[in-house]
Amino acid sequence: MKKLFIIAAIIILLTPIGLLAPGSAWGEWGIDEIKSMVGYVPSGMKHFSDTVKALLPDYSIPSFDKNFLQLSIGYILSAVVGIGIIMVVFFVLSKTMGKSEEKNE
Amino acid sequence: MHIPDGYLSPETCAVMGTAMVPVLAVATKKVNETFDKKDIPIMAIGSAFAFTIMMFNVPVPGGTTAHAVGATLLAIALGPWGASISLTIALLIQSLFFGDGGILALGANSFNMAFLAPFVGYGIYVLSQKLKINKVISSAVGAYIGINAAALAAAIELGLQPILFHAADGRALYFPYGLNQSIPAMMLAHLTVAGLVEAGITGLVVYYLMRVGEDNLLYRLSYRLRGEAK
Repeated sequence: MKKLFIIAAIIILLTPIGLLAPGSAWGEWGIDEIKSMVGYVPSGMKHFSDTVKALLPDYSIPSFDKNFLQLSIGYILSAVVGIGIIMVVFFVLSKTMGKSEEKNE
Repeated sequence: MHIPDGYLSPETCAVMGTAMVPVLAVATKKVNETFDKKDIPIMAIGSAFAFTIMMFNVPVPGGTTAHAVGATLLAIALGPWGASISLTIALLIQSLFFGDGGILALGANSFNMAFLAPFVGYGIYVLSQKLKINKVISSAVGAYIGINAAALAAAIELGLQPILFHAADGRALYFPYGLNQSIPAMMLAHLTVAGLVEAGITGLVVYYLMRVGEDNLLYRLSYRLRGEAK
């Protein structure tokens, strides 16, 4: 179990490597990028984008995204926050999901 | 592969969301029947793993990026139904808190990455095992095909938008590129790079766990899920 935590910590600390990849994913552009690519912003796209205001948009801390160091800190924080929320969700789910253990012993 | 909001029409989002309802309903039933309460934390670890692995963007030809999902690895460890729930929750958290993938598009994203990817990957894995191919190769091949199935589905969902939904002047209302552009772009990214990353990670984890004699960790749940003794 201890090994698992060490591996998890290493993976989390390495996440900023993902920032090094240039460009955004195909089909995940922002409104501005779309505009420069096709010359207009599709009306439905404009209407439905930003349906949700993210806490840490694009895994970064708002206005703390000026350089690689800041982005890296945002990325690592995002990984920690994301994993934390997932643990909370599953803690709540575990109250309802799964059978109680068979009465062994 | 996380489709943002505004890219798919509300109709498409509704169809994809509706498609995920029975999947999650059956998944919940299967998990409730097969898993003990003490197994649920393993689903949480799987979900956290997938969440983190998706943050590792890799550069792909054409100057864009892609990422692994971990879907087949989760399906091998948790069974495809358990993986489906774990991946859906990872995608939900990504969309709600990090703006990665839309909330309206959650049905589509879940369908691709939390249903197609683990089920196709797992299907290939089980089939390869029946053909007596070793576990590492089976899992890697399953992972490669699983993530590519998801990428193809995402490409089709996106590429259908300008055909189905456009204004009177021909301008797209949502995603502007058709199938002739979305399919080659997505498949190039995933067949060449992201698929190999997914296969590599999956194969390595399976290899490592077998090597250290911990493969029971990987198969404990899925054996039970398939009704095999061990």
